[in-house]
Amino acid sequence: MNTTAISSNIQVITGNAAAAIAAKLARPDVVAAYPITPQTEVIEQISSFHASGDMDCELITVEGENSAMNAVMAASLAGGRVFTASSSWGLVFMYDAVLATAGARAPVVMVNVNRETPGIIAVSSGQQDMISTRDAGWIFLIAENCQEIMDLVLQSYRLAEDYDIQLPVMVHYDGFFLSYLSEGVEIPEQETVDQFLSVLKSQPKRTVLRPGEKLGVGTHGILGGYMELRHKHVTAMERSKAKFDAIDQEFADIFGRTYGGQLEEYLTEDADMVLVGSGSMCGTIKSVIDEQREKGVRIGLVKIRMYRPFPHQALVKALKGKKAIGVVDRSLAFGFDGGPIYTELKAFETKLGGAKLVSFIDGIANTDITKTNVKQMIQMTADLADGKDVPEVTWVSYPKANKDKGEK
Amino acid sequence: MSSNQYFNHEGPWSDATDSLMCTDTGDWRSERPVVDKEKCIFCGFCAIYCPIQVMEMTADSCFKPDLDFCKGCGICAKECPKGAITMVSEGEFVS
Repeated sequence: MNTTAISSNIQVITGNAAAAIAAKLARPDVVAAYPITPQTEVIEQISSFHASGDMDCELITVEGENSAMNAVMAASLAGGRVFTASSSWGLVFMYDAVLATAGARAPVVMVNVNRETPGIIAVSSGQQDMISTRDAGWIFLIAENCQEIMDLVLQSYRLAEDYDIQLPVMVHYDGFFLSYLSEGVEIPEQETVDQFLSVLKSQPKRTVLRPGEKLGVGTHGILGGYMELRHKHVTAMERSKAKFDAIDQEFADIFGRTYGGQLEEYLTEDADMVLVGSGSMCGTIKSVIDEQREKGVRIGLVKIRMYRPFPHQALVKALKGKKAIGVVDRSLAFGFDGGPIYTELKAFETKLGGAKLVSFIDGIANTDITKTNVKQMIQMTADLADGKDVPEVTWVSYPKANKDKGEK
Repeated sequence: MSSNQYFNHEGPWSDATDSLMCTDTGDWRSERPVVDKEKCIFCGFCAIYCPIQVMEMTADSCFKPDLDFCKGCGICAKECPKGAITMVSEGEFVS
């Protein structure tokens, strides 16, 4: 990552603070949110910015997440720039509004701090809440570290409010592992952010509710009308892939940091084997890859930064011709053996030029994805590349699951 | 590219056109409100409480539902302080 800053300062802050500061820098008109662990600190920080006069927005302290999402959707449809944040149970509680926001094409930006969803109460990290809402029609972006949280939130406003896109964007980052992790984050100047976001002002105005005009939103529509809207929605989703890449490039020119758009490829150029991952695990995977590279193991990493729309064209391009691919999932796909990202990638297996796929499930409910675990994954992927017999799915931190396989 | 056959905007915005704003929903009804003009005191409660605002004032100081849109929910009959509205099955009106 290139870090030649133009003019900014570096502070040691948590991932939650990075999200809150990024929201402040984007100058939203309306923020409505409800606290939930591990997102609470985002709301605390925004409240404190609001109270001290640093943040000139309407802060609506609602009585629940469902109201939060409905409030920001309405404010967005009235032409405002909005922000909200949630996590796990909170995201589930706003689910109907999450669907309606996407359908209304309201360019809402929110952060979701990944946490295990209802099953039993599990105040712990996991990407299951992201998987539970993946087909809501939102653009999903995943951050790896605190700096990327900051940068992704800023990029999200450019992506969501772009005239060609007009879709809500959710920025995901791992709860606990990132939400409470303090690291050095480069905080850009307000003027630089304003300059980056000012492009939106030169675009045509999107439709917004205006008093006195005969205009309705969210009316009832069936058959052709509904299909027309859905088709517009999916084509806008498809457009957002290239748009996100372009925004990433522009971000690099202004802020001096680039991540590669939809995917970040780490040493994949000459790799025989590739791990596919997302979120905070990628930092650990990269450090293990560095060690393995010194031993001559040709392993690389593809980090998924944009999960919805699924960047399958970019993935096929990055993974084509590799011998073996290990997909690391921090969540489950009930009814499928492998993890959700593995299952989706498998749909494009025939385009990968004979690459074999294998699924690793790890990091469930705050389980650490340790270097030892990553080494095991790399070893198994190497075995797969050598044509050895490797089980399709491995629960890396739960050996019992692998032993039971096949038994009745 | 998608067409704009139904919606002229990218999102679900409708410009108050007949096809989108004025869909007749009266045929969903199984019962209709019938107002007794003698009992009606013209208080307007039925018009206020009607969820889809179909109660219209008539020239002779009474209310009557617009049956193109009335779904027959019965709230007006329930709220009328004088019991002037009764819900009558649609079967009664089939000639």
